[in-house]
Amino acid sequence: MFNKLHKKAEKNSILLLVFVLITISIGGLVEIVPLFFINNTIEKVDGMRPYTPLEQMGRNIYIREGCYGCHSQMIRPFRDETERYGHYSLAAESMYDHPFQWGSKRTGPDLARVGGRYSNEWHLEHLINPRTYVPESIMPAYPFLAKKELKADDIEEHLKALRMVGVPYTDEQIANAKQDLLAQTMPDSAEAEFLIKRYGNKVPVANFDNNEEKLTEMDALIAYLQMLGTLVDFQTYKPMPR
Amino acid sequence: MNSTTPAYNNDIVKMFTVAAIFWGLVGFLVGLVLALQLTFPELNLGLEFTTFGRLRPIHTSAVIFAFGGCVLLGTSFHVVQRTCKAVLFGGKGLANFVFWGYQVFILLAASGYVLGITQGREYAEPEWFVDLWLTVVWVAYLVIFVGTLIKRNQPHIYVANWFYLAFIVTIAMLHIVNNLAIPVSFVGAKSYSAFSGVQDALVQWWYGHNAVGFFLTAGFLAIMYYFIPKQANRPVYSYRISVIHFWSIVFLYIWAGPHHLHYTALPDWAQTLGMTFSLILWMPSWGGMINGIMTLSGAWDKLRTDPVLRFMIVSVSFYGMSTFEGPLMSIKTVNALSHYTDWTVGHVHSGALGWVAFISFGALYYLVPNLWERSRLYSIKLVSYHFWISTIGIVLYICSMWMAGILQGLMWRAYNEYGVLQYSFIETVSELHIYYAIRAFGGFLFVVGAFIMAYNLAKTIKGELRDEVNELDMDEKAKLEDAKQAQAA
Repeated sequence: MFNKLHKKAEKNSILLLVFVLITISIGGLVEIVPLFFINNTIEKVDGMRPYTPLEQMGRNIYIREGCYGCHSQMIRPFRDETERYGHYSLAAESMYDHPFQWGSKRTGPDLARVGGRYSNEWHLEHLINPRTYVPESIMPAYPFLAKKELKADDIEEHLKALRMVGVPYTDEQIANAKQDLLAQTMPDSAEAEFLIKRYGNKVPVANFDNNEEKLTEMDALIAYLQMLGTLVDFQTYKPMPR
Repeated sequence: MNSTTPAYNNDIVKMFTVAAIFWGLVGFLVGLVLALQLTFPELNLGLEFTTFGRLRPIHTSAVIFAFGGCVLLGTSFHVVQRTCKAVLFGGKGLANFVFWGYQVFILLAASGYVLGITQGREYAEPEWFVDLWLTVVWVAYLVIFVGTLIKRNQPHIYVANWFYLAFIVTIAMLHIVNNLAIPVSFVGAKSYSAFSGVQDALVQWWYGHNAVGFFLTAGFLAIMYYFIPKQANRPVYSYRISVIHFWSIVFLYIWAGPHHLHYTALPDWAQTLGMTFSLILWMPSWGGMINGIMTLSGAWDKLRTDPVLRFMIVSVSFYGMSTFEGPLMSIKTVNALSHYTDWTVGHVHSGALGWVAFISFGALYYLVPNLWERSRLYSIKLVSYHFWISTIGIVLYICSMWMAGILQGLMWRAYNEYGVLQYSFIETVSELHIYYAIRAFGGFLFVVGAFIMAYNLAKTIKGELRDEVNELDMDEKAKLEDAKQAQAA
C-alpha cells in the first residue's frame, strides 16, 4: 500500500505537500499540546507573583543584551548544581516569563537564584567592569547601562500586553505602573509602601545604582537580578507526589 | 514530453549565489570575532553595540539564515527548474521579490540585533514585524516552488525536491508558531511571546531543533541529492533508501526537540520521548549518509582529482559524524555532562562547518562555472587549498571544543576529599582559555579558506582561467592533452 501511495505522491505535488504536512504535525501535537492541559506540568507553589514594572524592564534589558547566550536560568536536579546554585528550578518559577530564559549554555554561571546572593554595589561594579571583582572573568563590560536613562514611558502598555498573554496584572497594578516603576528605587517612601502592598514584601527596594539623579537601565537590571529565584519559599515547598 | 531545454531563470540563482558568498564571509568573520572575544574579553570594547551578547545572534543568523538561506533558496531555484524541465512559476517578478524580500529580512534582523531589538529566543531573535515580513516572503517562495512543481514537464518529482518541499513547509509552520507574540504597540519593536515558561521552552526547542532538522538538514540533503550525482556524474545510489530516508527524517525529527531540555522543569515524559526519537533518528540519518557517499561507487577515483567532489563527500561524512554525536548527546546521562558546555558548541559546528558549509561550498563551486558558462573554475588548485585549510580549521575547532566541554563538565561536578565542590565556577572558566584560543585559530583558518573560495569564484565569474596544466595530476594532464589534440584535429 505504501508503495502505491508513494507512487501517487511522487507524481502529485499537492498530495506530497499534504502528506508532508501530516507527517510533520504528529510529533509536535503529541509533545506540545498536552503541556497545556496536563495539570501537574506546573507545580502549585506559594509566592509566585508577576514582575514589578522595574523588574520587567530589567528583564527586557537582560533579553536585549543577549545575556541568555551565556547564562542559564535553569538549575538541574543534581547534587553539584543544587549545592552550587540552590534548589533545582521549578516550572512554576518561570510561569510569568514571556519569553522563558532558561538558556542553553553556561559560559558564565547559572542565574536562576542569583537574587540576594550579592549586594547591589557588587552587581553595579561587576556590571561596569566584571574584572574588578573577578579578574579571570570573560564577561563583557556594561558601563553604558549606568549612564543610560531607563526609557519606560509606555510601561502601562507593556503590562497590558503581558496581561494579554496571560500574566495576571490587576487594573490597579497597571494604573500605577509608572509610580511603581520609580518607587522601587525610593526606599522608605510612601510610594514604596504602595508598591510592596501591590507586589508583596519580597520586592527589593533600593537605589540600585547609587545614582540619585536619574532612573537608569542599571537600576532596572539589578532590580531584576536581585529578585531572581527568590519568590518561592522552599521552607514550605513540598514536591508533588508522583 | 518536451525535449528542448526551456529558458531557465538563471539570474535569480546567480543573485542568490553571490549573496551566499557575501553573507558567508560576513557570518564566518563575526564568528571569528566572537571566538576572539571569548579568548580576550577586552575585545568587547565596553560599547553597547559590540558586546558578545549582541553580536552572537548576528553570527548565528548570518551563517544559518543569510548564508545557509541564500544557498538553499538559490540551489532550490536551480534544481527545481532543471529537474522539472520548467521555468520558475510566477515569472521573474515574483522570484526577484523573494530575493530582495529575503535580503531585507536579513538586514532588518541584523541591524535589530546591534540595536538590541530581539525576542530573546535563540535562532528566532527577530522581532514581530521582521517575522511578519519573513512570512510574506516565505509564502511567495512556497508559491514559486510548488507552482513550478505543478507545471513540471517530467512525470516524477525528483527526490531533491521532496526535501526542499519539506524544508519550506516545515520552516513555515515552525516560524509561525514559535513567533506568536503580542506587540506592546504597533509602532514599537518590542513584543511579548504568547507562551511562557515551560510551554514556551518546548515550543522554542521544537522550533530550534527543527531549524536544525529542516533548515540545516532536509534543505541541505536536497543539495546532496542533486549536486553529488551531478558532480560525480552518477545516479543516486538507491531510490529505496531515498524514500525511507525522506519519510523517516521528516517524521522523526519533529519529536527530538525536548532533548535540549533534559533535566529541566520540562516533564520527564516529554524528555524521555525526545531522547527516544533522537536515538531512533540515528538510523535514517546514516541511511542518508550511505546513500550520498555510495553514489560515488564506481567513481571513487574522482575523489583524488576533483576537490569539489571531495568537499561534498567529506561534508556527508561530517553529516554522519554529527548525526551520530547528536543522538549520543541526547542520552540523558551523557547530556547531564555535555549540556551547558562547549561540547554542544563543538557539536553544532561539526554540523555547521563540516556538513552545511562544506556541502554549500561544493554546490557553489559547481554552480558558478555552470551559471556563468565557464569551462571550469578559475583554479582547481585553490579549491584544494580551501579544502585542506578549512578541514584543518574544523578539526581544531571541534577537538578544542570537545576538550573544553568535557573538561568543564567534569570540573563542575568534581568534589574534593571533604565532600565539597572542588572548583569555583570561575576556576572552570580560566581553565578554558587555551582551548578558546585554539578554537579561534581553527575559526581563523576556516575564514581564510572562505576568502580563498570567494577569490576563486570571483575570478571564475570574471571569466579568467588560471593555467594549471603543469600542476595537475598526470591523468588529468593526459585527458587535457587528448582534448587539445581532439580540438586541433
